[in-house]
Amino acid sequence: MAMKVARDLPRLVAALAVGAFALLPTAGLPAFYDSFLYLVLFWVSLATSWALLSGFAGYFSLGHAAFFGVGLYTTAVMATKFDVPFLLTLPAAAILPALLAVVIGAIVFRLRRLRGELFALLTLAVTFVIATIVLNTPIDGGGGIFMSAVPLPSLMPTPTGTFYLLAFVICVTTLAIAWKVSHSRLGMGLFAIHDDEDVAEAKGVPTFRYKLAAFALSAGIAGIVGGVHAMFVGFITVAGTFELTVPLYVVLMSVLGGSRSWFGPAVGAVVITTLLNSFNSGDQAMLGRAFVGFILIVAILWLPDGVVPAVRKWLKRRPTGAARAGAAVAPVVASTKPAGDRTLLEVRGATKRFGGLLALAGVDLDVREGEIVGLVGPNGSGKTTLINVISGHYPLSGGSIALDGRQISALPAHDIARRGVARTYQIPRPFMNMTALENVIAAATFGGPSRSPAEIREESLHWMAFTGLSGKEDMLPAGLNLHERKFLELARALATKPKLLLLDEVLSGLNPTEIDNAIRLVRAIRAQGATIVFVEHLMRAVVELSDRVAVLNEGKLFALGAPHEVMRDPGVVSIYLGKAYAA
Amino acid sequence: MPSATLLGQALISGVLAGGMYGLLAMGLSLSWGLLRLVNLSHFALAFLAAYIVYELGTTWHVAPWWSAALVVPAMFGIGAAQHWLFDRFRVNELASLLITFSVAVILEAGIQLYWTADFRRYETPYSTLSIKAGPFFIPVLELALCLVAGTLAWGTWLWLRRTFVGKALRASAEDADIAAAYGVNHKQLAYLLSGIGAAYAGIAGTFIALIATLAPAEIWTWLGVVFAVVIIGRLGNPLGALLAGMLIGASQSVAMAIFSPAWAPVVSFSILIVVLLWDPEWL
Repeated sequence: MAMKVARDLPRLVAALAVGAFALLPTAGLPAFYDSFLYLVLFWVSLATSWALLSGFAGYFSLGHAAFFGVGLYTTAVMATKFDVPFLLTLPAAAILPALLAVVIGAIVFRLRRLRGELFALLTLAVTFVIATIVLNTPIDGGGGIFMSAVPLPSLMPTPTGTFYLLAFVICVTTLAIAWKVSHSRLGMGLFAIHDDEDVAEAKGVPTFRYKLAAFALSAGIAGIVGGVHAMFVGFITVAGTFELTVPLYVVLMSVLGGSRSWFGPAVGAVVITTLLNSFNSGDQAMLGRAFVGFILIVAILWLPDGVVPAVRKWLKRRPTGAARAGAAVAPVVASTKPAGDRTLLEVRGATKRFGGLLALAGVDLDVREGEIVGLVGPNGSGKTTLINVISGHYPLSGGSIALDGRQISALPAHDIARRGVARTYQIPRPFMNMTALENVIAAATFGGPSRSPAEIREESLHWMAFTGLSGKEDMLPAGLNLHERKFLELARALATKPKLLLLDEVLSGLNPTEIDNAIRLVRAIRAQGATIVFVEHLMRAVVELSDRVAVLNEGKLFALGAPHEVMRDPGVVSIYLGKAYAA
Repeated sequence: MPSATLLGQALISGVLAGGMYGLLAMGLSLSWGLLRLVNLSHFALAFLAAYIVYELGTTWHVAPWWSAALVVPAMFGIGAAQHWLFDRFRVNELASLLITFSVAVILEAGIQLYWTADFRRYETPYSTLSIKAGPFFIPVLELALCLVAGTLAWGTWLWLRRTFVGKALRASAEDADIAAAYGVNHKQLAYLLSGIGAAYAGIAGTFIALIATLAPAEIWTWLGVVFAVVIIGRLGNPLGALLAGMLIGASQSVAMAIFSPAWAPVVSFSILIVVLLWDPEWL
């Protein structure tokens, strides 16, 4: 009982505080304060909504004014030309921009090229096009729209109080959405997309759908904020709506506060709006803008992640796990597990063309359940490409791939990952802004069977211990050495409980002790029931680990069989191994 | 449909106006393409140069070319100094965009404090001068601008293609570490390039003073179009920037003649969107 009270008390206090803030206009403050607070809430909502896509997933948009503006004009047109009551226009003001975002996203998010600054400029261009269309069609027609004839419902004693209340409700909802998203599966996926979109997709994050969802949410909130703002400003023009101020200020606020944190943009918005407001007239306003500019420069140079993450880091300073040096040794497992008879992976005539280059020229390969297949061949023979087409990173140019008898070659990478195919990268590609443990949890959440967050966390800890990474859970990947990063790749792959594990040169760059450890680890993984296909140059490891060895040459399967037989094949020796090993 | 003469005149004015887009785009394109820095303050620097040329011309009666001789090297120095900041803090593309935006806002405030928000016009005898070629009029100042822009674009392009310094710069843009391993002093070259980019803003500013009406807020008017030009012309390619500028200028001007002036922005941004989505090989 006491526990329950202790848990519920903060919630109760928070609810009371929210209620008190909502009723602030009844306190009879001068209208000036209501308007100022309205503007603060306005910017908090806009900046937070921007961060849902641009901060969380890293798709920087300079087109926030487009969605804000579409919402604003939706309300204005519906209220003035079709006499729809103001409050009833607001749902439309949210839905229309969200639909627009879905349409834009459906085209743009399919193109890998349009990331980073090109996405930013494309969204900016969309803003100008929409502004011109609005200006030249009867939506606005160039003269602007007067809202004075539209009745404002009296939700509060004063009109400014009503605006405050509306903005307050939107703002609290927006913050709640941002909190919810950042603590959900969607948020985890967006953070993964931010760090490395290709890896996120390979680990099972439905990147396209997630980006669309975030974009629509972001645009919808901007739209409803615009709808209320149409009434607040009273007279709307294209020039005043689709200007650069909106996208630039939301970027500044979010970056200053910390755009990856759910309440960072809100902090930035409060700081900047207050600063701008304290320089209120003429030349002073100009000085205020200059001052904000100066603060932004200082913030970016010294606090590149924003204020909120910097404060958090400072609060959380704790000794790093340097005390526990050296990776634990993996358990010793006999290498005698016989391969079953069931075929798990069936590659038929796999062909991959890059322009004129034929990287895979019709590869046939069957991998039996529980087997370890070593994939060898000279550089450029198509080993990594084969891994890339099996995992769905590249679409096949021809042929087919089946897992458990089901075709997977036409599926997107995240679907293949969910069906139990995990891979590691030759050069480790961890999510750089997540701790080691969060990396494993993210992979387990998206790639593995569905489990509760607590189970996922426990299993992730287990796999980190299994790969000898205990004590490194809270470290960022930047603090890990190559050996540890390679093992983090393995832990990420294992946490998805893969049926098929594709390892791309796990051993390269490791020293002899680390290699011995890694070989034991791979055996232990197989003992858990996984089937393994691994690319490797190190012959000792290939011979020790493989049940069968597949030799690729010039995109074709050159030889396949037990390691010692294949290695003695004169043809294999001549293309790959050299005389020394043959002797 | 307007007459052929009107269309021809629109085409000529468009191409000439496009020269200004191209000249402004060149400096941006160089720093974005070769240094991976997106420099929004480029526009503010151009306007700062324009205001100085205006001030020297109206108060001290200095001829515009002498003003340019003073302003352009000064801009070179500012560009190099700005690069010191980027270098010192290892700024990436996105951060450079935000920082230079702030720099532009600060410059805008400075300009407004000194020259006020009023419109300023620098009247010279050349302002109204034009050559008559058949039925068409060609304004002399715009023509001079295009000639200067063309010379600069061609010269810079040759410099990047043919000389060791130019090749070293392009190598560094591809992979700075590998280029450094082959003995390219990337840092020194980056200062040079930043200086050159800002010097182009100085040259553009001189022409802005002569051709356009000055106001602090005008800094932002060309932002969208010029970025479109930079992308269509391909990053790091000065000749591409100039040609793209003229293409956009001409299509805007013709669209204005056929439809209405208000539709002009749709033209340039639609071209940009199409280019981004389509990504044709020939660009």
